[in-house]
Amino acid sequence: MKKALSISILVIMLITFSGLASAQTELSLWYHGAGNETERSILLGIIDDFNASQSDYTVVLEEFPQESYNSSIVAAALAGDLPDIIDVDGPVMPGWAWAGYMVPLQLSEGALDGFLPGAIGEYNGEVYAVGLWDAAVSIYARRSVLEANMIRIPTLDDPWTGDEFDGILETLQATGEFEYALDLGMAWTGEWYPYAFSPFLQSFGGDMIDRSTYLTAEGVLNGDAGVAFGNWWQSLFERGLAPGTSQDGADRETGFIDGKYALQWNGNWAGIGALEAVGDDLLFLPAPDFGSGSTIGAASWQFGISSSSENKEGANAFIEFAIQDEYLAAFSDGIGLIPATAGAAEMSQHYSMGGALEVYFGLSEAQALVRPVTPGYATLALIFEKALADIANGADVQDTLDAAVDEIDQDIEDNMGYGFDM
Amino acid sequence: MKTMSLETRQNLIIGLRYALLILISAIFIFPIVFMVVSSLKPDIQLLRDSGSLRAFLPVGDISLNNYADAFERVPMVQFAFNSIFTTAVSVGASLWLNSMAAFSFAFLKWRGKAIVLSLIIATFIVPFEVVAIPMLLIANNLPWIGPNGIEIGWLNSYHVQIIPFIADSLGIFLFYQYFRDLPDELVEAARIDGASIFQIYARIIMPIAGPILATVAILKFLTMWNAYLWPLMTIRSEELRPIMVGLQYFFQLNTAWGEIMAYLSVVTIPVLIFYLALQRAFIESIATSGIKG
Repeated sequence: MKKALSISILVIMLITFSGLASAQTELSLWYHGAGNETERSILLGIIDDFNASQSDYTVVLEEFPQESYNSSIVAAALAGDLPDIIDVDGPVMPGWAWAGYMVPLQLSEGALDGFLPGAIGEYNGEVYAVGLWDAAVSIYARRSVLEANMIRIPTLDDPWTGDEFDGILETLQATGEFEYALDLGMAWTGEWYPYAFSPFLQSFGGDMIDRSTYLTAEGVLNGDAGVAFGNWWQSLFERGLAPGTSQDGADRETGFIDGKYALQWNGNWAGIGALEAVGDDLLFLPAPDFGSGSTIGAASWQFGISSSSENKEGANAFIEFAIQDEYLAAFSDGIGLIPATAGAAEMSQHYSMGGALEVYFGLSEAQALVRPVTPGYATLALIFEKALADIANGADVQDTLDAAVDEIDQDIEDNMGYGFDM
Repeated sequence: MKTMSLETRQNLIIGLRYALLILISAIFIFPIVFMVVSSLKPDIQLLRDSGSLRAFLPVGDISLNNYADAFERVPMVQFAFNSIFTTAVSVGASLWLNSMAAFSFAFLKWRGKAIVLSLIIATFIVPFEVVAIPMLLIANNLPWIGPNGIEIGWLNSYHVQIIPFIADSLGIFLFYQYFRDLPDELVEAARIDGASIFQIYARIIMPIAGPILATVAILKFLTMWNAYLWPLMTIRSEELRPIMVGLQYFFQLNTAWGEIMAYLSVVTIPVLIFYLALQRAFIESIATSGIKG
């Protein structure tokens, strides 16, 4: 009798515990970093910590290569097979939100206090995604070169003016020591063009689209400021100050380090490699101010929640857990990107006071402007890239910008305003 | 004098012919040489050398580090197994199914045969990208018997990488073209001897179809080995990914060019082995088709 009772209790306990175990809900997380062992180990660490910190959810990671990640998400959305948590590139987020792939986050009040603006994925007044880091662009220069040519070293508060910058390029080119005064990275086609070059346009006072309505590019891309930018842009190549669209990708990678280029427009992700090659002589300088302030691009990869998730509460809990300073700092130390908060920057190796890349946090904080927050961005970016390449290759500035505006406006009309009131 | 002149002329022609052949060979071989040589160099050196003849020479800081790093970054053995498995099954099944279909078109009499054949051949002009999304939606709603009984949806599996590619219009067409040119007497004689249709297919036709089997096998092998878009759309788990998707693992913020070359060098080896194993039959098939044309 006793034996039977013991067995019964054991069976009940087993059933109870197995029930408890199965009560843990699985949350699927798709991530773009396959092939990056450092990112993977940091993310797995966060997941392990989260899984251990509570008993309701277990996050399971599926990794995808970055180059094809967006295609995988779109295919999964078509098949109705999206995971609970997705990561999304900043400028892509509005498109996915508009397409219904994502829902707004429901984080605790104050959870995003102190975050860099570029790390917060806001669309239509709601936060859809949050990034653990941001990226920034600056001018790479050698202190010795600037000093030898008596060129002032600009600061965040006192950047080079447009005219000053132009004169510096002429001066450096005239030394004859460099093939080109400035490497803009024309060999990096694709998203680099809108991300890296639209800030120049914005500094001139123009933009890729009218952000007050998101319904037209008329007057902002092809207005006076846009044309002034276009003329300056074209002159860089006409005067032989910068390599054009035929730039060799290998030169982009090594040209500045090898001394072919005096200055280089490049991102913080290349900073550590450049420092190793150039040493203390390397400077990261703020973008020039062409009249409407110095501007750089912002927004990198961020976490969001899919609309088909049946466990949105758990997904929100994971994202809120992941955005702790210690994890932001860990990612920054691991992959070199800018931590999303000042607290995390202070904890990080490269962005803390005196760190090799410290300047980038200030740049991101002061100059960052996210790319146009519209579902139409993907098309807008392609049109903008083509227009800039055409102008660099000698096309008429006004005609090219007018044609780009027509194409952008037509796309907006074809898509019934992309959700904005027409 | 006249003989000497003729000899010289002939030598000149032979010399020119060899020069042309060497030039054409170089066009095909140089990218492979570049790939293998670059796989031995660190990224910075690889990029610096790429603008000169040094790109084709194993000079400078040479090592196998890129291979070690590539194996560390990508689960290459798992990916290679997945690709070998899906490719082998697809090639085998494809040879069997498509040859049977072609046999039917070539030797059997049934109503509507010409129309069906025309429809199959017409699918040549539809690129895979056009049908990829409908195929995805269909595959997502098909039943399969799994460990938990009947499940709906084929996504994230080996069979979704194999079954949709077994039936192949190009394979059917190539087999049909080959079978059509075989003498009818072969089949008639077998029939008179009392052979069944399957016996004629298996014992009379297939044993003499070596060249076309090799051709279809190579083409199918290349298609399956290079599969990229479809696995990208249908496979979620790393454990099931084929080798070509793995190539994307190297395109990070700072692209690992040396590792890419190392990975590609490894990925190319099975293709070369497969081609070399079947090249005699492959060339024979092309030569035979040319004569018959």
